[in-house]
Amino acid sequence: MATVDDMVPPGESPEPFHEEAHDPRRRDFINIAAVSFAGVGAVAIVLPLINQMNPSADVLAQSTTEIDLSKILPGQAIKTSFRKQPLFVRNLTPKEISEADAVDIATLRDPQTLEERTKAGKKNWLITLGVCTHLGCVPLGAGEGENKGPFGGYFCPCHGSAYDTAARIRKGPAPTNLHVPDYAFNSDTVVTVG
Amino acid sequence: MSFPWAKQYEPKLPLTRWLDERLPVPRLVYNSLGGGYPVPRNLNYFWNFGVLAGAALAIQIITGIVLAMHYAANGTVAFDSVESIMRDVNAGWFLRYAHANGASMFFIVVYTHIFRGLYYGSYKAPREMVWLLGVVIFLLMMATAFMGYVLPWGQMSFWGAQVITGFFSAIPLVGDTIRIWLLGGFAPDNAALNRFFSLHYLLPFVIAGVIILHIWALHIPGSNNPTGVDVKGEQDTVPFHPYYTAKDGFGLGIFLLIFASLLFFFPNYLGHPDNYIPANPLSTPAHIVPEWYFWPFYAILRAFTADFILPAKLWGVLAMFGSILLLFFLPWLDSSPVRSMNYRPKARIAFWVLVADIAILGYCGGAPATATYVILSQICAAYYFAHFLIILPIISRSERPRPLPNSITEAVLANHGGTSPAKTALATSTTSPAPHAAH
Repeated sequence: MATVDDMVPPGESPEPFHEEAHDPRRRDFINIAAVSFAGVGAVAIVLPLINQMNPSADVLAQSTTEIDLSKILPGQAIKTSFRKQPLFVRNLTPKEISEADAVDIATLRDPQTLEERTKAGKKNWLITLGVCTHLGCVPLGAGEGENKGPFGGYFCPCHGSAYDTAARIRKGPAPTNLHVPDYAFNSDTVVTVG
Repeated sequence: MSFPWAKQYEPKLPLTRWLDERLPVPRLVYNSLGGGYPVPRNLNYFWNFGVLAGAALAIQIITGIVLAMHYAANGTVAFDSVESIMRDVNAGWFLRYAHANGASMFFIVVYTHIFRGLYYGSYKAPREMVWLLGVVIFLLMMATAFMGYVLPWGQMSFWGAQVITGFFSAIPLVGDTIRIWLLGGFAPDNAALNRFFSLHYLLPFVIAGVIILHIWALHIPGSNNPTGVDVKGEQDTVPFHPYYTAKDGFGLGIFLLIFASLLFFFPNYLGHPDNYIPANPLSTPAHIVPEWYFWPFYAILRAFTADFILPAKLWGVLAMFGSILLLFFLPWLDSSPVRSMNYRPKARIAFWVLVADIAILGYCGGAPATATYVILSQICAAYYFAHFLIILPIISRSERPRPLPNSITEAVLANHGGTSPAKTALATSTTSPAPHAAH
């Protein structure tokens, strides 16, 4: 193939062009270096374009919520909001606790005991996200008179996932138990979630 | 491009001659949609649907641009701005109903177009690229339609967004991170609504671009026809204009009549009443369903209820995306050299069984997830994959096709050219064409 290098401008000796053919030639090196540099630049520009889609500072700032537990009687639950997602806070009755403890955890899809899902000495306070781990619907069972499903915990109406009194998945398509967020007791009646 | 006997564009006026030498846009139009594009003479009304899909896209873009002048993509006011379009904006109700029902019409037309391609083997060599680009357009349409349905910020909008972005959380390890990145938050909110609006505005123009490639790829081998037999000579074709501009124009009239009946008499028939309730992140509607055009795929998603190596949720998501991605491999899964199902007695039966299967999947996808419908979805989803991966490859290797006509003209003169859809795709009669009846 005839290249620019093979052509000799009129009145010039062909000598300098055929001196020695390095591989890669100096010109190739400059070409690769320039294109690589531009490529790195392009990638660097893409980063903020991708990162802008992550949650913004004001969304992240809503990441803790305080809850007053004093008004929740045993057997009752409240539905509140944490990071714009529903949060279930449930005061379990002794019967519900013993039902949860009676389950052989080896038979569970996502094996966890009620102790592992609650704080030490506060076994009656079950705090979970109200987001079904299947496709994100809000399960029923926290409100008064709602369907608690066959295991007495929560029931997701979208695709029929049933959770038990420790909000563990027992039946239906959801892969894991209802998520327990990070939280801490500030006092006997106030928790901070997040 | 196209056939050697295609008529050449000859500008007659000095102005058009001047333009042709500088920017030959009229020449491009003439060669693609005018007398310069020779088309098989025997196309039936199923060949209207490509043009109708283009018309539907144009309607969506025009009504959509106008709606965007009145809509506000902010979670606090989005629902109210849609209600103000319905009640206060002059002719706003008309534009919004046209846009919402226009989406349904677009999918009706595109599904017919896809099934036309399946029946007459339009996906086969040398038109594989036309088919592949078509599947890309279909995927883009689904993304656009989904994001558009989120914009009114009603209950179905919100929970649709929650469920669909939930698909991504099924991806192992990085799923939740990807979902939060897509939403710009932990649940659908302002950030998600705004980016969906931006992309919903962008994607139709991307679709328009891919349509140009789709038509470009089509015009290299030229259009398929109901016999599936290649064009042999000039006698087999007629110029696109005036023959098919007239035929498509008539079809467009029928399309607009049906569209208008839907728009003016049943504007909410295909919608869901729950979407007239403002989005509430703390309360899920009892029965979440997507728009009707997603029902078959939603049924496949819900068909997986038990863990098998992978979690059921991941299987459902993989199967749902797989059911569409599978279409990319269709040109190579069906190895029969005969294109039209009119000459493939077994594949033709399999085609109609597939149509029924998808219809049942659609019905199940719109129904509540009770045990009966889930089992029915499982059977039909299994059949869907079996059709493409087992049945069609086996039939295409084993079946004995009926004799093909020697040419399109011969088939037409013997009255077997397939110009009447009732005589081909919909007919049960399987009389074989008499090869010498023409003489």
